[in-house]
Amino acid sequence: MKRIRKTNKNKIAVFKKEIPFHVMLLPSVIMVFIFSYIPLYGLLIAFKDYNPARGLLRSNPWCGFDNFKYIFSLPTIDRVFYNTVIIAVGKIIAGTMVAIIVALLLNECRISWLKRGVQTLIYFLYFISWIILAGIMQDILSPSNGIINHMITMLGGESVYFLGDNGIFKGTMITSEVWRSFGYNSVVYLAAITSIDPTLYEAASIDGAGRWKKIWHITLPGMATIIILMCVLNLGNVLNAGFDQIFNLYSVQTYESGDIIDTLVYRIGLQQAKFGPSTAVGLLKSVISFTLISFAYLFAWKKYDYKIF
Amino acid sequence: MKEIIRTNRNAKKIKHFRLTDFTIILVLILLGLICLLPFWYEICVSFSSSKAVKAKEVFLMPVDLSLQAYQYVINRIPFWDSLLVTVKRVGLCLPISLFMMITAAYPLSKGKDKFSCRTPYVWFYFITMLFNGGMIPSYLLIVQLGLLDSIWALVLPASVNIFNLLLLLSFFRNIPTALEEAARLDGAGHWSILWRIYVPMSLPVLATVTLFTLVANWNSWFDGMIFMKSNHYPLQTYLRTIIFSYDFGNLSVSEQKKLAEMSSESVKAAQMVIGAIPILAIYPFLQKYFVTGITLGGVKE
Repeated sequence: MKRIRKTNKNKIAVFKKEIPFHVMLLPSVIMVFIFSYIPLYGLLIAFKDYNPARGLLRSNPWCGFDNFKYIFSLPTIDRVFYNTVIIAVGKIIAGTMVAIIVALLLNECRISWLKRGVQTLIYFLYFISWIILAGIMQDILSPSNGIINHMITMLGGESVYFLGDNGIFKGTMITSEVWRSFGYNSVVYLAAITSIDPTLYEAASIDGAGRWKKIWHITLPGMATIIILMCVLNLGNVLNAGFDQIFNLYSVQTYESGDIIDTLVYRIGLQQAKFGPSTAVGLLKSVISFTLISFAYLFAWKKYDYKIF
Repeated sequence: MKEIIRTNRNAKKIKHFRLTDFTIILVLILLGLICLLPFWYEICVSFSSSKAVKAKEVFLMPVDLSLQAYQYVINRIPFWDSLLVTVKRVGLCLPISLFMMITAAYPLSKGKDKFSCRTPYVWFYFITMLFNGGMIPSYLLIVQLGLLDSIWALVLPASVNIFNLLLLLSFFRNIPTALEEAARLDGAGHWSILWRIYVPMSLPVLATVTLFTLVANWNSWFDGMIFMKSNHYPLQTYLRTIIFSYDFGNLSVSEQKKLAEMSSESVKAAQMVIGAIPILAIYPFLQKYFVTGITLGGVKE
């Protein structure tokens, strides 16, 4: 009895001591609760016959899986999932490879001012909004008066409709995303390279290893952990094909090759005001992504002791 | 004789090295140009006369240098209105989110021994990284809060950014505890320790977070498009209507004439350039800090 009272007292004492912490956390907890947790409750719309005219969520009737049935009855749903995965995976693979190669090139560059200059140029695009980048792309890729097609025709080729041809739209999306972010993505790999113990390179030089051998036997193995880690963490992006980019560059013409889950959610939900089906697609995407991300974090934590917080 | 062979070999080696070095340099310069040239091209177009743009004479240098496009943009009232909305949202979001993230990062940077409830709080934030409500529930929330067409719809949802919180947190964690203990002995509470010791010591990471918040606010357009009416669009959303709709129907006849006289392309280009200028302006600082930011927050080893 006495002991219990003592631990209770201790608990109260501990709580009292920690009151400032709780107070400090309060504002952001309220914000996160309102803007991240209440929408989770709103996901119930996916199972309701929702009509905004009926008012609150509670006053709308349940409809089971009707919204999901509606979604899967859409003739375009297969290609939307297909486009999403192909574009997203293409971006991840191409992006990672280019970033690694660029990091290696930067590391091998011996003229430091050139290295810094190139870094300044290639990091820059990442901070420009997709609105502006998409505007630039429309200008230079236009089939009638774009500078790229102008050059192609001058060289005797035929002009290519990069943003309107269903055969190459996906390629354009993947390439332009890599163009925007390869510099930024290479930072992590470059940091990994610089953290490799320099004595390894000295030892290899003494043993007569050339540049390629050093890259192959020291640099790449030294980066292996981070490469695997980044790939695993990218698993959560398999359904993120890049709304900001595609929404600003696709058109009715390229729905066939460029329509993705996020753009479909937008069109069904906010343009056609079918809140139920739109939320259902979004929920489906969230659940799949959640599974993948959880798996990725779990793996990264168990295997590489990677902790976020 | 032997020596000559050796020098020969060395010469070969040097030549070989030079070739690879040369290739590397060439590829790097090429990559830099791929990033620079499209942007440079837009700048050139924006400073060129409409005739030159239409005749496709513009490539690497402005032709018939002209400021017409900029003059036209600067005289457009909607442009200034939208710029004002963006400035307002940045001005509101920055202090609010800095305050909330600093106060949240401090308790979370404590170990479990000092803050017994740390784990549930961490999970509370972490879950939002794994799962979110998506477009429609977030939209309806704003509607039901009555924030539609209000600047707060752009400010509040973005006020706690978990990525930035993590940056602050990992920086706070590396501040030596001896300082804090000394302050405690002098009778300082957590509040004054946070603002008098932690914050002044974290200026580099605070700069990083500030820059990230600025860039994110400046660049975001989707929230403006769905939450605001078109006369309250923030700058990027407004630019979007200019760049993609080609809809000049809302212009008066004289304005349409004026626009037709110039080239709408140079006007578009001018707006895009103006839309990127603040990023250009803070980019030197940004570059200085964000590398540490990514490596600190992205991959901790």
